[in-house]
Amino acid sequence: MAVTDLQKVSVGKPAKDKPTRLNQIRAYDHIVLILGVFLMMGPILVAFMTSTYDHVTIHREGMQFGFGGHFAETYANVLYQEGGFTGEVTGLLMTQNSLILGIGFAVGKIVVSMLAAYAIVYFRFPLATFSFWLIFTTLLLPLEVRILPSYEVVQQLGMLNTYSGLIIPLIASATGTFFFRQFFKSIPNEMIEAARIDGAGPIQFFWDILVPLSKTMIAAIFIIMFVVGWNQYLWPTLMTTEEGYFTLVRGIRNIMQQMIGADIPEYNEALAMAILAMLPPALVIVIFQRMFIKGLVEQEK
Amino acid sequence: MEKAQFHSPWMPYLLLAPQMIIIIVFFFWPAAEAIRASFFLEDPFFGNSTFVGLQNYSDAFAASDYQRTVWFTVVFTVLVSLLSLFLGLMLAVSADRVLRGQSSYKTLLMWVYAIAPPVAGLIGVMLFDQHIGPLVDFVALFGWEMRVGVNYWDTGFAMIVVSTWKQVPYCFIFFLSGLQSIPTSVKEASAIDCRSETRRFWTITFPLLAPTTFFLLILNITYAMFETFGTIDQIVKDQPGNSPVTLVYKVFRDGFRGNDIGGSSAQSVVLMVVVLALTIAQFRLIERRIHYT
Repeated sequence: MAVTDLQKVSVGKPAKDKPTRLNQIRAYDHIVLILGVFLMMGPILVAFMTSTYDHVTIHREGMQFGFGGHFAETYANVLYQEGGFTGEVTGLLMTQNSLILGIGFAVGKIVVSMLAAYAIVYFRFPLATFSFWLIFTTLLLPLEVRILPSYEVVQQLGMLNTYSGLIIPLIASATGTFFFRQFFKSIPNEMIEAARIDGAGPIQFFWDILVPLSKTMIAAIFIIMFVVGWNQYLWPTLMTTEEGYFTLVRGIRNIMQQMIGADIPEYNEALAMAILAMLPPALVIVIFQRMFIKGLVEQEK
Repeated sequence: MEKAQFHSPWMPYLLLAPQMIIIIVFFFWPAAEAIRASFFLEDPFFGNSTFVGLQNYSDAFAASDYQRTVWFTVVFTVLVSLLSLFLGLMLAVSADRVLRGQSSYKTLLMWVYAIAPPVAGLIGVMLFDQHIGPLVDFVALFGWEMRVGVNYWDTGFAMIVVSTWKQVPYCFIFFLSGLQSIPTSVKEASAIDCRSETRRFWTITFPLLAPTTFFLLILNITYAMFETFGTIDQIVKDQPGNSPVTLVYKVFRDGFRGNDIGGSSAQSVVLMVVVLALTIAQFRLIERRIHYT
């Protein structure tokens, strides 16, 4: 009997339990997990493999399970060749727009909601409760259900096809404010009392104490918001009709429409774009896994 | 405990200003506009509108198209929410028990979380494509001639599969973190008292996970109703002919393609009421949250 088995028996199970049953349980768990990984990662792998073939082969033989020889060619095409209806947008430009949206959304949301949460938690003022409820209300209605009037408002403000029109309306929700409000409330009172005794004003307290204390929280929420911003679809679809403002995720829509009309659709390039569109957010959450999970799970509280 | 606070006559307002301006301009104004427009009949060519009371609502509810969409949205939402909950829990329970390779499994199972719904939709469209899709070949082995985009329920099936696939990692992450936060003392005590792993799971572990489960259930419903727009948009490819769609997609289509602003707004308001109910349920739940630790 292996050492680990012994430990497991003494902790998890009555001693008379047979080790074979334990092994069975462990084998079951691994089978479930391997099947799960297969179902989760399989489609992505097939998509990637297929994107390395030329479109005629894909059209003739279907999606591919091995690595084809057209990797460099297809991806170079998608990144550098000007495509679309007016021929002015490259994959690289779309990636840049996606980055602007992802980072702009995350930074904007963090700044706006941190300031608001600071006011609500650390100041006493007449309209505090009213402001809190006003912000709270925004949790009730996602952008999708007020999409048409939102579009009209942005149109009236002349913000169609601008980065600010793309980013700012998405910030109009309170998730970030609530997140920081919860966190600020958990910071002990002694902090602010000590700071006050030392003569720190509200601005100094914010910069020198609150921001450094919130570092991990800010990083965690940045990762989540970056992924959320990068993955926006409906709003960019309505807001940006000029191809120069297309993000990768938005561009997917046009790729699809072009595919319908084609004799032999460019499956490979469509899939290459799908891979490009998923890679940055996937890498961010894999690399900063611990922080990402912390930020995500914290929302439940 | 009362929080120690600063006093300043103007600073809190200054701090709140950016958030307030953004939510008033981009939240309250559009939301009010949606409610107003739902009582009017707009003429898309001349721009004048007539007050019609509740007619937009009664028209929407009476339309067979709307009833069909409601029905599909219910089936879709229930299946996607429950399936992703179940699969996420199953994977989390196994991932919590294995000693070796836990972090590799975790990383690989999380990856799909980062994929945008329309990107998932695009990959789904290919996998379910009649000419090139391996999944169509696979189900053909069982005598199922799948025609996504043509057959109503085949298309719906593809939508459910892709949307569930996208949501499983989210449930998995929450369940795993919930399982790992159960104190070892509780696990050990229950292991001493009860030999059956299955019974232990249903009598000890699952009740401890109940708050997480309810939280996820509400998030899954919100996800299925709203965030799957991209997936559905890819699968119906802008030609919704005989394809099933969800309510949010219909709001979008009637408003932007059909130019039926009043009808689309009325549908928006109905959705607002649904979200309102869900959010209230969620907050009552968080209030009643029982902490075991």
